[in-house]
Amino acid sequence: MSFINYSSREINCKLVYYGPGLCGKTTNLQYIYNKTRPEAKGKMISLATETERTLFFDFLPLSLGEIRGFKTRFHLYTVPGQVFYDASRKLILKGVDGVCFVADSQEERYDANIESLENLRLNLNEQGYDLDKLPYVVQYNKRDLPNAMSVAELSKSLNGTQVPEFEGVATTGVGVFDTLKMLAKLVLAELRKGT
Amino acid sequence: MNPQLVMFEEELKQIQKIADRLQQDSRARSILLIDKNGALVAAAGAAHELDTTSLSSLVAGNVAATGGIAKLLQEDEFTGQFHEGKGMSINLSLVGRRIILVVLFDKNTTPGLVRLRVKRAQDELVPIFEELAKKALSPQSSPLPDITDQDIDNLFND
Ligand SMILES: Nc1nc2c(ncn2[C@@H]2O[C@H](COP(=O)(O)OP(=O)(O)OP(=O)(O)O)[C@@H](O)[C@H]2O)c(=O)[nH]1
Ligand SMILES: [Mg+2]
Repeated sequence: MSFINYSSREINCKLVYYGPGLCGKTTNLQYIYNKTRPEAKGKMISLATETERTLFFDFLPLSLGEIRGFKTRFHLYTVPGQVFYDASRKLILKGVDGVCFVADSQEERYDANIESLENLRLNLNEQGYDLDKLPYVVQYNKRDLPNAMSVAELSKSLNGTQVPEFEGVATTGVGVFDTLKMLAKLVLAELRKGT
Repeated sequence: MNPQLVMFEEELKQIQKIADRLQQDSRARSILLIDKNGALVAAAGAAHELDTTSLSSLVAGNVAATGGIAKLLQEDEFTGQFHEGKGMSINLSLVGRRIILVVLFDKNTTPGLVRLRVKRAQDELVPIFEELAKKALSPQSSPLPDITDQDIDNLFND
């Protein structure tokens, strides 16, 4: 849940990038970090294994600017995608304001995508959230690879509720900011509702 | 699911006063109050020397992980943590269900004194955050009732 500070006039929101192992969650954050001007970002923290797999989370704080006199701060987190880190994933989801599901477009990762999405729903439910009520976007990443499935196929199996979806190549940045912007917008729109 | 956290001028002043006094009474370097989601709520002492944003997220992650361990052991929650370094030590404790109280200190004081003063500050802080939790539930606390799609779009026009 967001933290609204009326005293310092700041809004803090937590966005979580979720998805199967190696789908490109960390790469999304690295790209955002590299392309954001220094004043708008803090340090990126990656708690990772020696082989660069996310162990607990990546964290990237962004200040996007002011809206009606309130500074907007977004805290971006990634979860560890490997199946056996489920306990950590649950912890990262606590207090989430918006979710981006990053799918791996490669044919051989089809089952991993489905499994991760089910895991996301389940873990949210456990904490009293409903994915269908949260600000939520989907990114089909690794569009550059030859074994990528068609977006139509991916959309059919991974985006039944037709939330905003984007094609991505996180390594070169394709779709990365479009995805983030949409998610941030949805979160702010939710805040406007005053839930 | 935790309700939204809000902070107002009045409560922040009270919290700041308690944090400032805790910092002095315990002879600590700095005091941080962090919400469990990793956002900084208040700071006292030499906090400007610190990367408080990174610290807040790591402390919150640490407390979340420890809370997860507690749950696995059928403990409700561990009440505190203490990490001792050569120069700096850190004491983490909970204020209610939502806030983490962090004391950073050096050889200028002792863990015993810190714990003693923390206890008192906790007792004073709990009712303030309870009051804030109540206020968060009242409907007028949406800060952006009249923001437009244009306002949101403007954020991204860089
Ligand atoms: N070809 C290609 N490779 C990508 C793309 N995005 C990420 N990768 C690569 O995929 C690998 C894994 O990316 P990460 O971002 O670490 O994956 P992750 O989702 O964070 O993985 P976990 O931390 O294990 O959950 C890296 O070698 C990236 O360079 C992409 O769009 N295209
Ligand atoms: Mg990762």
